[in-house]
Amino acid sequence: MPDPGIDAQTALHDPNLLLQAEGVTKTFPGVKALSGMRFDLRKGEVLALVGENGAGKSTLMKLLTGIYPLEEGRFWLEGEPLAVKNPKEAQERGLAIIHQEFNLMPDLTVAQNIFIGREPLTGGFFTRPRALEAQAKELIDRLGLPLDPSAKVATLTVAKQQMVEIAKALSYNARVLIMDEPTAALNDAEVEVLHDLIRRFVTPQTGVVYISHRMPELKRIADRVTVIRDGEYIDTMDMANATLDQVISRMVGRAIDTSARPENVRTDRPVLMRVENLSTKDVLRDVSFDLYEGEILGFAGLMGAGRTEVARAIVGADPRTSGTITLRGKVVNPRNAAEAARFGIGYLSEDRKRYGLMLGHAVSHNIAISSLADKFSRFGFVDDRAIAKAATQQRTNLRIKTPSVAQLVTNLSGGNQQKVVIARWLVKNSDVLIFDEPTRGIDVGAKDEIYHLLNRLASEGKSIIMISSELPEVLRLSHRIVVMSEGRLTGVLSAGEATQESIMALATHPDDDLPPASAADDADHATQEDLR
Amino acid sequence: MTLPATTPTTGVQVAKDPSARSTLLRRSLQQMLAFAGLIAIFIVFSIASPVVFPSYTNVIQILFSAVVIGLLALGSTLVIITGGIDLSVGTGMALCAVMAATFIVTWHLPVLLGVVLAILFGGLVGMVNGISVALLKLPPFIATLAMMMVASGLALVVSNKHPIYFDAGAYTDISTGTLIPGSNFPNAILVYAVAAVVAAVLLGRTLLGRYDLAIGSNLEATALSGVNVHKWTIIIYAVAGLFTGLAGVAISARLGSAQPATGQGYELYAIAAVVIGGTSLSGGKGSILGTVIGSLIIAVINNGLQIVSVPQEWQNVILGVVILLAVFADQFRKRT
Ligand SMILES: Nc1ncnc2c1ncn2[C@@H]1O[C@H](COP(=O)(O)OP(=O)(O)OP(=O)(O)O)[C@@H](O)[C@H]1O
Ligand SMILES: [Mg+2]
Repeated sequence: MPDPGIDAQTALHDPNLLLQAEGVTKTFPGVKALSGMRFDLRKGEVLALVGENGAGKSTLMKLLTGIYPLEEGRFWLEGEPLAVKNPKEAQERGLAIIHQEFNLMPDLTVAQNIFIGREPLTGGFFTRPRALEAQAKELIDRLGLPLDPSAKVATLTVAKQQMVEIAKALSYNARVLIMDEPTAALNDAEVEVLHDLIRRFVTPQTGVVYISHRMPELKRIADRVTVIRDGEYIDTMDMANATLDQVISRMVGRAIDTSARPENVRTDRPVLMRVENLSTKDVLRDVSFDLYEGEILGFAGLMGAGRTEVARAIVGADPRTSGTITLRGKVVNPRNAAEAARFGIGYLSEDRKRYGLMLGHAVSHNIAISSLADKFSRFGFVDDRAIAKAATQQRTNLRIKTPSVAQLVTNLSGGNQQKVVIARWLVKNSDVLIFDEPTRGIDVGAKDEIYHLLNRLASEGKSIIMISSELPEVLRLSHRIVVMSEGRLTGVLSAGEATQESIMALATHPDDDLPPASAADDADHATQEDLR
Repeated sequence: MTLPATTPTTGVQVAKDPSARSTLLRRSLQQMLAFAGLIAIFIVFSIASPVVFPSYTNVIQILFSAVVIGLLALGSTLVIITGGIDLSVGTGMALCAVMAATFIVTWHLPVLLGVVLAILFGGLVGMVNGISVALLKLPPFIATLAMMMVASGLALVVSNKHPIYFDAGAYTDISTGTLIPGSNFPNAILVYAVAAVVAAVLLGRTLLGRYDLAIGSNLEATALSGVNVHKWTIIIYAVAGLFTGLAGVAISARLGSAQPATGQGYELYAIAAVVIGGTSLSGGKGSILGTVIGSLIIAVINNGLQIVSVPQEWQNVILGVVILLAVFADQFRKRT
């Protein structure tokens, strides 16, 4: 390896490289996020940047695009020094970034969000809504995205919001496109749409930095991969020559068994929760299923299939128009999440920022919030010592990377924030855990740990509903798999019979193939037998 | 499987605790800033009026004059932390004063019982606010604006538009009497001190405080965490109402009468005290100590300006500037 200190000036600003970084260091109070990090992006390539949660990937990109001031280290764009002071300047230099956390205004429309600050105006003052919408429509069509320019962003699912971010980033004529976990919220089909976009974006003059924790994707989209660990540069490999196992082991420092299958699958257990004829006003139609004790029940389906709606309707977060929820033979029908929690049903939302976290509060407070009344207080007085103890235990248990549990959640990396919400429900110790995309944004190593954790919880008798857009994850964990399509349950597969293909067949069930509504009513409880 | 040897990663590769301490430090910084402001203002007035202003009698006077707004601001802090606002505390206070007079003067109830009932009445007013906000989903600004009008009207109706006078004695002693023999230290200040400690404990040590902060930080996330946010919002507004009731007792005991047409405008001073103390109007964070300091700053400025004979109309101008400076300092601190 050449010593970068000696010939840094000569060797480094190579005009044939699109982007270069050298010696980038960043320290937050108590945390060294980056130390001497470097990478280079060639013209016409997709460079994957991988590393564990909290490795410093997002921080690096924030330094590059002027969100944090660059204190130590340098960047070059085509051999020219690059030191932007703010995101706007980064845009002007041709850097477009899609952040891990969305930056959309929920009350504005898709079109307004995409062209915020660049709206077409009459006389420099009056907005022209129709021109704006036309402009947005043209862009959306060109990118081939299934978006309605006049829809309010707040009404969109996470996946569609992600697409709005992508459209926004691509609406600038960028040369370098930086994507920080763009696929965390997408299912396979949507990922394909995104990858097509990327392939069309890449020309001999442009390049993409692609951050992701979904390893199999890298093979499909990346040319090279740079590994970062604990803020330091580890290695760069050609994707064509490297195996994923190699990449992963460079990343987490150990091997991960990705071929594991569901554990402890048994059919002789009692039903814990029974859901019958669950319907909501807009989405769900007569969804019925059983959840057994000690079972991991996977929920698969395309975007908009209604899996999240099932979860929200069960805990009463959304109103049900019909449906009965029975727990251990007793009808419970929770009216809100507080009641559900009291019955022992916990729900972890897919959208941690909006429905999960108190960002400005300490990690410990975020972990304790669900259990304050029953575990961490006496006569209404809160026991901060017990909270700190439990939170610290979870920090070790889930390896939440933070200097202390008093740290504000907003200062944690995305994946570590996700671990905080998981920790909340582990502390609560509910009998039924509904996890909606629990591993979103979590690195491979930590994912593996969470899989083991879910298996352990199940073997201890907890029942888990796991909603996931990642089929390999569903297949790896689920004892049975419920497949949904357009608000209906289209099938239940056992661990043995489920494959990616059989799931997709049920998930893309065309409407007219569905049993008529009355037949679905007869099939009161969809067991694996009657729905095969 | 053969894999390239790599060193195992450790979970956390960071220094032990400095960041925890530094966040704590940051959080108390605003209070220190407000406190430093209070001291600075005090020094300025002491230089301008070296004999009268810093005298024992005047300091007692300042504290005494801080009590009513101070009590209202305690409740308002709890409400503002939820991300709400309570505009009804001023006229609500007048209504509670009238109720106290009705209970004690008109109905001849024992003083202690009358006081307790008046405070509970404040709680009831707050509870109605809470129900409007939590269950009827009215914006707090609107719900409490309506209550502000209802309360001011009710105060006039109940009192028949006339002030009600208390007999000097047990009731007026609540404010102007003294528990400390041989001193002229008014009880009102003790009442305020106790109320402030109670509020601080509520916010800092109890479920109510935790849920208050959580609701203000992210209502939907708190609800999905299994917290009954409706119930707690109502409780928080009701508790704020108790402080309003207490303020009603304090002010009428001081004046020796319940004045039905007063109260309007006090809510704004209360909000000012909360904001000067560093509680954010967007909710999710705040402190009682800050609010106490904010209330004292307002009292010191009013008193000091009077002593150095600044005309009344200029006093408000100066107070307004102080509020701007306080909020600016808060945001400046956050940016750096
Ligand atoms: N504003 C901040 N204040 C304090 N610490 C921070 C801040 N931002 C990031 N950190 C810390 O810096 C480290 C790197 O964070 P970063 O967000 O770059 O990680 P990441 O590689 O993007 O992780 P993930 O895969 O989870 O998104 C983490 O330990 C994080 O806690
Ligand atoms: Mg990140």
